[in-house]
Amino acid sequence: MEEFLSKVHAVLNEKFPGEVLSAELVYDFPVVTVKPNHSHAILQFLKEDASFNFHFLTDLTGVQTADEKELGVIYHLHNLPANIRIRIKTFFSITKPEIKSVTDLWPAANWMERETYDFFGVKFQGHPNLKRILNVDEMDIFPLRKEYPLEDQTRDDKSDKMFGR
Amino acid sequence: MAELVKKSSVEIVTKPEGLEGQGFFATRVDSVMGLARANSLWPLPFATSCCGIEFMATMASHYDLARFGMERLSFSPRQADLLMVMGTIAKKMGPTLRQVYEQMAEPRWVISVGACACSGGIFDTYSVLQGIDRIIPVDVYVPGCPPNPEQIIDGILKIQELAKHESSRRRYSPEYKALLNSYGIE
Repeated sequence: MEEFLSKVHAVLNEKFPGEVLSAELVYDFPVVTVKPNHSHAILQFLKEDASFNFHFLTDLTGVQTADEKELGVIYHLHNLPANIRIRIKTFFSITKPEIKSVTDLWPAANWMERETYDFFGVKFQGHPNLKRILNVDEMDIFPLRKEYPLEDQTRDDKSDKMFGR
Repeated sequence: MAELVKKSSVEIVTKPEGLEGQGFFATRVDSVMGLARANSLWPLPFATSCCGIEFMATMASHYDLARFGMERLSFSPRQADLLMVMGTIAKKMGPTLRQVYEQMAEPRWVISVGACACSGGIFDTYSVLQGIDRIIPVDVYVPGCPPNPEQIIDGILKIQELAKHESSRRRYSPEYKALLNSYGIE
């Protein structure tokens, strides 16, 4: 797996100089962190390059960093014939949460990007139908961001004096 | 033969208050209607999670809800008298539940089974409705996580008591209209 990771690292560095921030093995799983601006081109390259052939998007999800200043989008790619997986991470500022949509590469990204928008407020540029998918349409927050409380704010039977919250 | 009938202890329903004599029995229409309604409620099961499993046990042969005149479940709200909400209701499902309630014909009763339907239960979170009484009026609450079939039967018997003693004019009363209006239901 290390061999494969160094190969990916080398090829991406050559193709997209300065774009790869880190490449490491996490529990024997290759994880590559890239800058957000050219993430679409990198993903397209990984999909279309014959030697990598990551043509299957297993998962796409969002994350907020612990310092609450950055949002991230995580892509899990799978090369089914060779059975090799890779995880691509990219982080950007929470004040301008925009990244290019990959729905043109993988139609499966459509709902997953809507979900990520629904919970984290990531605006996927070029998404054909970027609206909430799981939460109610009237919701005006992005509930998985750390700035919003988990609990329902309309509940009045759990006061601090009774439960010490 | 007459003696045999006399000795039998089978009593289908308790007789309402009334005047009795040879060959006649006079009572209030309300009492007779209540009797009929209470013992032939058609429940609409709105089961979304584990409380629904307890309800299945309640309906099955061991607990046998049919003993109480609930042989027939109605899966159309238009023919149902009793809406049984069993399980977590997500906020996104709220409008659907409300629509089901609105489609039911009067008189209609609602029983909220389980902690989630009553108050949101353990799901004190942004996506879950914190009690169905925020969108529709509820007659009987059955707490528990999930409640036993015995508890569900107890709740049903309470609904039957309500049905039995409800005045036939209640649904036309200004208080009832005000109650529905407070939920925004015409």
